[in-house]
Order: sequence, then structure tokens, then C-alpha cells
Amino acid sequence: MNLQKILEKHAFQKDHLIEILIDLQNEKTYKFVTEEEVSLIADALKVPVSHVCGVMSFYTLLSFDERGKYIIQVCKDVPCYLNDDFNVLTTIEKALDISCGDTSKDQFFTLEQTACLGCCDEAPAMRINNKVYTKLTKAKVLRILEEYKEGILC
Amino acid sequence: MLEKRILTQRFNKYDGLSIRQYIDLDGFKALEKAFSMSSQQIIEEIKLSQLTGRGGAGFPTYIKMQAMLNETRDKYLVCNADEGEPGHFKDRHLIEKDPYQLIEGMVISAYAVGANKGYIYVRGEYNNAIQQLEKTIKIATTKGYLGNHICDSDFSFELVVRRGAGAYVCGEEFALMESIEGKPGRTRVKPPFPTEKGIFDYPTLINNVETFCNLPTIIEHGGEHYSTIGSNHAKGTKLICLSGNVKHKGLYEVPYGTSINDVISELGGGTANDIPIQMVQIGGACGPIIPPRLLNMDIDNEAFEIFDAKMGAGAIIVIDENYDLFEIVLRNMQFFLHESCGKCAPCREGHIQIVKLLQKFVNYQATHKDYVSLQSLAEVIHTTTLCGLGQTSPTSVISTMTYFKEAYDKRINQQNKE
Repeated sequence: MNLQKILEKHAFQKDHLIEILIDLQNEKTYKFVTEEEVSLIADALKVPVSHVCGVMSFYTLLSFDERGKYIIQVCKDVPCYLNDDFNVLTTIEKALDISCGDTSKDQFFTLEQTACLGCCDEAPAMRINNKVYTKLTKAKVLRILEEYKEGILC
Repeated sequence: MLEKRILTQRFNKYDGLSIRQYIDLDGFKALEKAFSMSSQQIIEEIKLSQLTGRGGAGFPTYIKMQAMLNETRDKYLVCNADEGEPGHFKDRHLIEKDPYQLIEGMVISAYAVGANKGYIYVRGEYNNAIQQLEKTIKIATTKGYLGNHICDSDFSFELVVRRGAGAYVCGEEFALMESIEGKPGRTRVKPPFPTEKGIFDYPTLINNVETFCNLPTIIEHGGEHYSTIGSNHAKGTKLICLSGNVKHKGLYEVPYGTSINDVISELGGGTANDIPIQMVQIGGACGPIIPPRLLNMDIDNEAFEIFDAKMGAGAIIVIDENYDLFEIVLRNMQFFLHESCGKCAPCREGHIQIVKLLQKFVNYQATHKDYVSLQSLAEVIHTTTLCGLGQTSPTSVISTMTYFKEAYDKRINQQNKE
């Protein structure tokens, strides 16, 4: 679905701005919105460009930066911390040879931290794009990463 | 049995999608009954039940509904499913395992207050819950439980899902409404309250997922019956999200009046590896951290007023002796530093300084002066911010300064010796 179709789906309503930006970002392999698209959306919804930029910068899930095909988000809050006896974040950093916040050279993975994913009953947890993985162990984390690389998970 | 399953009674008894199975499990009975009652009769039942908001603030539900009923303009209904408080997962379970119960509760509310359009605002991270709701809303509309002329009555109600995009503060009612309007989620000054001026400046009834889910059982069995469940302070059941260092983490439904200790030891099975409990955080990152000697307290909202804090939305996070108190408080405050919307200066700037001060405590570099600064910053943020985020964020600092003062003193002294 291109931008025009997304705008039509939301009937060019300005209260749908966040929905439009999420839909647009989800359409793209590298999950980001360009400045050109921001201008087009602003024109179509008859709102100032600054308003769209304000929304883009306010919400954590929206991004101007090109990211990896798969965005790994590791929960950083207390309930996961209390159940993380092997350090999920450093395990992934070592396995992919990237630091938190970075994208791998082949643009396959981006590693981020996230606020609570609401899976504290199955902590520790992480999210890869729209899928949540819980009850993580070191072996499970490494296996999940391998399965993404091999295309078993997507 | 400590548990009393009312809201969770249908969990795992159907797949959360089949409306036929929901009806077979006595679903939509309450809605049919509600349609035979007047608006005022429904609100009277809610009043009798003494139901209070389950999102954390504990405000009597009927007062909001009555205020809405008195309004004559177009009205909106909003369900707050922006469950972002660390340690909470009850709304996700309610949506994923019994979405029709929420829909039924919302239709009853909408009918009672005369609202014809409703929103469910779900945080963007809850992808499964969003899909579940979109599917079930479609099914319920096809079967005549949503849309035009619900159950062949004169009442129509359209329900739509709105996704959040990763902002904890949007769980605050006015920030959430700003977000539904397509803006950054920055709160508004109260009053006017949402029932006077909510979405697009129209009267709006906003409730938490769990609050709406209580309505079918109240209407089906009557408010008086509902009020027999619970304690002197609070009526009904509460969903408890138990996490941290316990054997059996999970979602439990208990009547008000149950003690925190019973939840941890009987339902949670005590700490993993039987390491003693050091402290328990109640209500998520914005809640108080209390020592084991206070765990005999009830889970009631009112019992918590002694902390100038509320029970919150039902999280109990157990922390054993292996963890550093300051590391926990620091994580809480880093969370609020990231999530502050930036509107109020004390919250925007204060959290930056609080995090710096707590890092000194974690690294054994804090002095008595840092303690005093931390204390006054926490008080300033608590008393001078507009919304619930800043008003409650320093609770973990203030409560640990009250109950774990010796830990702060010890840390400062250790610095001096080095």
C-alpha cells in the first residue's frame, strides 16, 4: 500500500495522523518515514509540517532514521531486570557484534531497549518487530536470532 | 481459595474469538438485561455496587456516568488500554482472553450515558491485543452487538480501535485524548474534566479496561450483590499482576480485602529459591516500595492513602535480597526520564537531575548533600506537576527514604570511608 492508499484508507482525517504514520512505517522494510513523506502528509491533512514533525518526534515507535529489517527491542524495566540472570541485552550485543541503538552492517537487525512490554508474568521478554518472545534464556535468545538469520522466523 | 474469578471466569474456556462460544458461556446476558432498564436504573446499580476505577486512581465510576448523563451534546466513550506501567499485564490478558466481555461492558456504558461512538486506545506494543480487538469488533458488529440498532433496539454504537505509538504518558486521560485527536500526548489543565470537555471538546467517559469489564457482572447480578464482595474500603475483585522474584508469577483475581502477603506467599508460592524478600513495589514504577513488615496490608486503594499513594492498577513486584535498592529506584526514575512529555519543567528537568543523583548512590559516590537534593527534587516534582506522571513518579524515592532511610545513610557513610 502506498502513501496515497493509506491516506485514503483514513479518509484524510487529521485525527488519524498517528495511525497513518504507523501504517506507512509498517509498509516499509526499514521502518522509517522520510521528510518528503511528512510534507505530503501535512499537505493532504491540511496541517502544518511542524505538527507532523512534532508527532514524529514525540512517539518512540515512529522514526526518521532508517533501521534494520528486524527491530529487536529488549525490555529494560524492573520486572524483567529481576528475572534476567544472563543479561539479554549483552547476549545480543555480543552475538550480533553491535551496540544497543545500532543497526547491523547488513541492515538486518537493529537493537534497541524498550519500556515494559506487559509480559512481566513471563519475564524476561523482548520484541522483534511485532512478535513478543518471553521466558528468555541465553540458548533461546541465540536460537531465535539464528532462526531469523536463516529465514525460519520472520 | 484465595482467588475469586469473576472477570477471568471465561479465561481459557473459549478461544477469545468465537462469539457463539461467548454467548454459550452466558455472554451478552447483561447487555440484554441493560436494554430493559433505563439509563438512571443502570447508573443506580453501578452506584449500589460501589465500583471504583481500576486504572489506579480509584474514582467512583457512577459519578462520572451521572455527569455524562446530564450532558445533552454528542458524547464519546473511551477505553484506556494504554497499559504501559511496568509490572502490569492485566488489560492485555482481559483483551486477549475475553474481548467480548470488554465490548459488552462498553456497550452497556454507552447505552447508559447515551454515547454513540467509542474508542479503545491500545498501546502500539500490544500487537496481538490490537488484532484480537479488530477481529472481535468486526464479528460483534456483524452479529448485531455493535453498530446500528444493537439487539434490535433504537440504540446505535460504533466502536473503533486506536493504536498508540510508544508513549507511556498517553495512559493519562487527557494525554490519551490528545493522542486520539492525532497530536502529541501532552496533558491538559483540569478542570474542565473529561465528562465536560473531552475528545474534540465533547463530553467523554473514559475508563480503564478492567473497569468496563466489571459492568456485565454488576448488571447481570445486581449492584447490591456485587457490593457483598470485597472489604469495608473497596468492593468487588481486583486483578493482581504478580511479578519479580516469585515462584509463580502471573495474573490473579482476588477480592478486595486480601492481604499483599497472602498474594505473594499463597498464590505466588513465595520467593524463588526461598531468598528472603527485601522489598515489594506496589502499583508499578510509580508506586511505593515497602518493606516486608508492611505486607500484611490489604490491597485496597484506601489502605494506601497513608503513603499519599494508591494501590495503582494492581502490580505487585517482589524484590529479593540479591538486588540493590538503588539500582531498582534508578531504573524506575530512568523510565520516567524517558517518558516525561516535557510540558511541566519540574518533571522534564527534575528527572534528569534525579537520575544523576541516584547514579551517585548506585556508585557509592553520594554525600549527605545529594540526599537532601534528592529529597527536595522528589517533593517538588510530586507537588508541582500537572498530570499523574509527575505527581506519582517520585513515589519510589519518597517511599524508600521513609522505609529504607538506613540504606541511604549506610551508602553515604560507605562513600565517606573510601
